[in-house]
Amino acid sequence: MESVISIRSLNHYFGKDPLKKQVLFDINLDVHAGEIIILTGPSGSGKTTLLSLIGGLRSVQEGRLRSMEYELHRANEEKLVQVRRHIGYIFQAHNLLPFMTVQQNVQMSIELHQNFCLKEARKKSEAILTEVGLGERIHYYPNNLSGGQKQRVAIARALVNHPKLVLADEPTAALDSKSGRDVVNLMQRLAKEQGCTILLVTHDNRILDIADRIIHMEDGQLR
Amino acid sequence: MFRKLPTAWLQLRHQKVRLLVALSGVIFSVVIVFMQLGIRDALFNSSVRFHEGLQGDCFLISPRSTSLIAMQSFPERRLLQPLAFDEVQFVSPIYLGFAQWKNPETRDYWRNIFIIGIDLRHQPVDFSNVIENLDQLKIPDQVLFDQDSRSEFGPIASDFQQGKVIQTEVGNQGSNRKVKVVGLFKLGTSFGSDGNLLTSHLNFLRIFNNRQKGFIDVGLIKLKPGTDVKKFTDRLSKYLPKDVKIMSKQEFIEFEKNYWQSSTAIGFIFNLGVALGIIVGIVVVYQILYTNVSEHLSQYATLKAIGYRHNYLLSMVLQQAFFIAVLGYIPGLLITVIQYEFTKKATLLPVIMTSERALFVFFATLAMCFLSGMTAVHKLKAADPADIF
Repeated sequence: MESVISIRSLNHYFGKDPLKKQVLFDINLDVHAGEIIILTGPSGSGKTTLLSLIGGLRSVQEGRLRSMEYELHRANEEKLVQVRRHIGYIFQAHNLLPFMTVQQNVQMSIELHQNFCLKEARKKSEAILTEVGLGERIHYYPNNLSGGQKQRVAIARALVNHPKLVLADEPTAALDSKSGRDVVNLMQRLAKEQGCTILLVTHDNRILDIADRIIHMEDGQLR
Repeated sequence: MFRKLPTAWLQLRHQKVRLLVALSGVIFSVVIVFMQLGIRDALFNSSVRFHEGLQGDCFLISPRSTSLIAMQSFPERRLLQPLAFDEVQFVSPIYLGFAQWKNPETRDYWRNIFIIGIDLRHQPVDFSNVIENLDQLKIPDQVLFDQDSRSEFGPIASDFQQGKVIQTEVGNQGSNRKVKVVGLFKLGTSFGSDGNLLTSHLNFLRIFNNRQKGFIDVGLIKLKPGTDVKKFTDRLSKYLPKDVKIMSKQEFIEFEKNYWQSSTAIGFIFNLGVALGIIVGIVVVYQILYTNVSEHLSQYATLKAIGYRHNYLLSMVLQQAFFIAVLGYIPGLLITVIQYEFTKKATLLPVIMTSERALFVFFATLAMCFLSGMTAVHKLKAADPADIF
């Protein structure tokens, strides 16, 4: 099977020389297309760092990391921008833009890709928002929505471009158990429909059942 | 159609109070700059209205004269020498001086008034309403009063129009002389003089009885039509000794403006005012843009994380600077036009809006806001997408 992410002997350090601290130790990992993988582990174990390296938010210092077709070791800013455009992100804090309506927030993501037209972008954003159950509220501002609704907008924003890879960092942490459940079910359903791969970092034991594979991380190493 | 969301505008519009604060900062500085420039130019223009009304092509003054309010007299015979040239149509002496005017209404209010004495044989001046009244100045102790003088001199203009006889005293170094106002003319105040009187040179010497006859303040030379003024002044300056200064009309005007601009504190004060206005604007706009950026750092970082480039964020901040500049300039301009009217009424100075000044301030506003924007975008570097997970 084709692998979407391939990691070989990845090390990562924080800080400059005298205070340099290694946070990732010899990570090796392959993630295949269509898989849903949950990455668990205590705080400070390096999960988020690994996620941000895969997503092109940090540059890789040591080892090989291939994310889709992009080799990220020593990648320049432009290459990182390209990787990011092919990934859907879902953050713990939904990070929606408060000065835009829900629909405009989703459109921001569509506009990143060339050859869109305004009409099409509107239609597309409306369609995905209907799919996440917010078809009635596309002109709301994020502040007028509940936490679960905001997170669903964030999912719509991440998935509207049909990315091959979705990275999610604690998407349910700020939600009650029911909305949390709804959110992961939604992610799972849409991901299966679109055939995308999901890498999900979580502490939340209630949602482990959606995973095809669970990876445990501790002290910067995969267990 | 390829149209993108107006992100910058949406963000700016979102916080209305903050936008209003930013705009009022810009409006404030636009109005300050306009007022400073307006009053400064009005000062320079008002100080040369006298010169502009002079009907001569070439002028003689003493080299020790610095400006209209500080004239040194020189011998009239220097003015007669140019008559040797064929190009000269006529020459005419002008006497200038300050004397004290008694307000005929309050009787005890003495105030300095600028007195212009002209030779009635020619018509050396062309202020509004002067020509038709010149004949009356042939009678001793009759004067024309500048209707645009400050009100402290008394309600002369309105009294005169009602047909009242206006008689008062003009004092010069202890000796007072009764004069009668027989007409009005329009010249206007300047920073140097609050009011003006026009009379014949003989009447002038009656008021300034301590002044020697034969010593004048400005020598006016009228040339025959078609004469090259530049060539004539060059020839004349070789012909005359160095104890007089020879200037064309334009040079005479520049001479006066230059006095106010460079050798008084006034030019400096106004330029300082302009600079302060701009600094206030820069600081306010910078503050607003900076808070906008730093409060929304996580959102900017999110935009970066989903694949927007740094330049997109830069252009967002600079677009906001542009919007603030344009939206602040327009009401600033309107307020200024109203303010100019008030100032004109209060000071009788010719404060007017010119299109050059409007354009200049517009571009200065743009530059000011972009400068603030460029400073505020440094904060954007702190928007690191790796920090938001």
